[in-house]
Amino acid sequence: MATSNVRHALFCAIVTIVISYPILGLNLEAEGINIVLTGTDATTIVAIACAALIVFLFQLFRDSVMGKLGAVSDLNPLTGRKPMEQDKRAKLESWVLTGLVVVALFWPFFSSRGAVDLATLVLIYVILALGLNVVVGLAGLLDLGYVAFYAVGAYTFALLSQYYGISFWMALPLGALLAGLFGLLLGFPVLRLRGDYLAIVTLGFGEIIRILLNNWTNVTGGPNGIGGIPDPTLFGMEFGRRVKEEGNTSFHETFGIAYSGEHKVIFLYLIALVLAIITALIIRRLMKMPVGRAWEALREDEIAARSLGLSRTAVKLSAFTIGAFFAGFAGTIFASKQGFISPESFVFLESAIILAIVVLGGMGSQIGVILAAIAVTILPELAREFSEYRMLIFGAAMVLMMIWRPQGLVPMRRLHITLKTQE
Amino acid sequence: MLEIQNLAMRFGGLLAVDGVSLDVQEREIHSIIGPNGAGKTTVFNCMSGFYKPSGGKIIFQGKEIQGKPDYKISRMGMVRTFQHVRLFTQMSVVENLLVAQHRHLNTNLLAGLVKTPNYRERERKSLDRAAYWLERIGMLDQANVDAGNLSYGQQRRLEIARCMVTKPQLLMLDEPAAGLNPAETLELNQLIVSLKEDYSVSVVLIEHDMNLVMDISDRITVINQGRPLASGTPQEVRANKDVIKAYLGEA
Ligand SMILES: Nc1ncnc2c1ncn2[C@@H]1O[C@H](COP(=O)(O)OP(=O)(O)O)[C@@H](O)[C@H]1O
Ligand SMILES: [Mg+2]
Repeated sequence: MATSNVRHALFCAIVTIVISYPILGLNLEAEGINIVLTGTDATTIVAIACAALIVFLFQLFRDSVMGKLGAVSDLNPLTGRKPMEQDKRAKLESWVLTGLVVVALFWPFFSSRGAVDLATLVLIYVILALGLNVVVGLAGLLDLGYVAFYAVGAYTFALLSQYYGISFWMALPLGALLAGLFGLLLGFPVLRLRGDYLAIVTLGFGEIIRILLNNWTNVTGGPNGIGGIPDPTLFGMEFGRRVKEEGNTSFHETFGIAYSGEHKVIFLYLIALVLAIITALIIRRLMKMPVGRAWEALREDEIAARSLGLSRTAVKLSAFTIGAFFAGFAGTIFASKQGFISPESFVFLESAIILAIVVLGGMGSQIGVILAAIAVTILPELAREFSEYRMLIFGAAMVLMMIWRPQGLVPMRRLHITLKTQE
Repeated sequence: MLEIQNLAMRFGGLLAVDGVSLDVQEREIHSIIGPNGAGKTTVFNCMSGFYKPSGGKIIFQGKEIQGKPDYKISRMGMVRTFQHVRLFTQMSVVENLLVAQHRHLNTNLLAGLVKTPNYRERERKSLDRAAYWLERIGMLDQANVDAGNLSYGQQRRLEIARCMVTKPQLLMLDEPAAGLNPAETLELNQLIVSLKEDYSVSVVLIEHDMNLVMDISDRITVINQGRPLASGTPQEVRANKDVIKAYLGEA
């Protein structure tokens, strides 16, 4: 055993050197018209050697180190505790959520414009993650192309406003419905596939939509995107300095206050907040409805579920469609917030980030998803100087997460419907 | 109500079921017996639509159903249990029974979101039916326990209740007494008879426990290595020479 450990550790150390030396230790430098390969300074070489040594030692003592790491969670006072009673937990959760909502309602009036803008983005991610959570967490379908439906929502609004002058409020349901329709149509052929295959095919669909948007230049503007997407209005009141649309009034004039760009930002934030709350409430109810139980049943034991008359396609399709619907919601808000969209905003990385939020948050848990959405969007902004290492930190966080809490920050515990027996 | 004609199921080179025929009348307990590997479960898998038979016909209430998707067959009123219990272990006992009643519930999303009277009514009815069957199998006090935490005998009974709440006409039980102690087997025995007597379902039963089979079956079909060996009333089967030689004799 010991020898195989040493061998394994040695192998890992060599892999470390083989990977890091060419990347960090060798530089291509332009010398006149020639490119020459130069080695870097001694510190980098020493750093690589240290890294290899660390990898070697870690792999050598891996079992005991991991054992200790595992034991760390015993120190966590929460681990040994018995899970809370369902009623108590539900009550606590609704209190926490209500508190969060109240804070979220008043907070923007005391914060900077940039912060509110960022918070709007967080809320968009919350909606996206809650929607994807239906697909991945509840129905157990690994969808790597979720961003496609987000794009459908955003482009629906952008295109309809450009060609037909449609308003935000009209586009909101339309974008969501169209995204849902896309989910239905795309879902139908791919949902026969399972596990990894489904992941790959959805990944492909996500890319197809993006490439389509990129290349269908005369409609979508291709990589140049679409600009001039209107802001939402409040009962026909616009938030711009000057009224753009015939028949509308302007917000600051109606209320006789000085124009401020902040009004619009706060308004959008509030819209996003309300929509995020609606999304959370709807999904909460869905989980307790027959469809929610069907998702779980099919995820837990497909054969048993089918033997009881559940149609795999219908049930999974419903999850896929509902998830897509909410992505369309989020897409419309995003388009309005940015005022300009291009295929750049809908790359695979977005899907990965949304998925990471779901996984970090604890599949199926709403508070967890909200916390994770906040963490994933805000932390990179706070640590801008580390932005180069963003993906590295992200990856490391995911790995640590899988070791310590594979069930996510706030693991899911679905609300059970209870049978009350009258004595 | 059910007629199987010349059923055949081939897995590559192996003919697991070969020319099995049987028929089940209304309110009949029809047992299928045979040694391990005889092809009994495979017959069930063909009947319930998990496998598409390689040959033969399965006629349920006048309609050919071989090769139909499993969930449709289940909805027609033919529901099964499994040789290895398949409950939704992370769901509570009631929820297991509610999943089974999916198609009797109001699954319209909008109706559910706004809780229309019809939605509430059907949910209440389903809960009532669940409570009724839990009472019936003596598990009402376990209603809100996770199904995974039940004892083995309880899991077996719950699986039968889960079939019954779908309001089936024909129940397929695959070795329901496997792993039960004698007291539990006796209870199961009474339950199966009651399903026939009080709820008018037909039962197709795969079982190894000879006492149970001989006791409650109206008719028995014996299969051996995928081929039908004999069929008839318990007395006839018991007296059949081939059966004694191939199966009962060994035991
Ligand atoms: N899906 C399958 N693929 C290949 N062979 C199978 C499959 N299912 C069953 N068999 C084979 O068919 C034969 C009958 O199995 P089964 O119906 O489970 O027997 P029984 O239930 O009577 O014990 C066995 O030889 C088994 O190995
Ligand atoms: Mg079997």
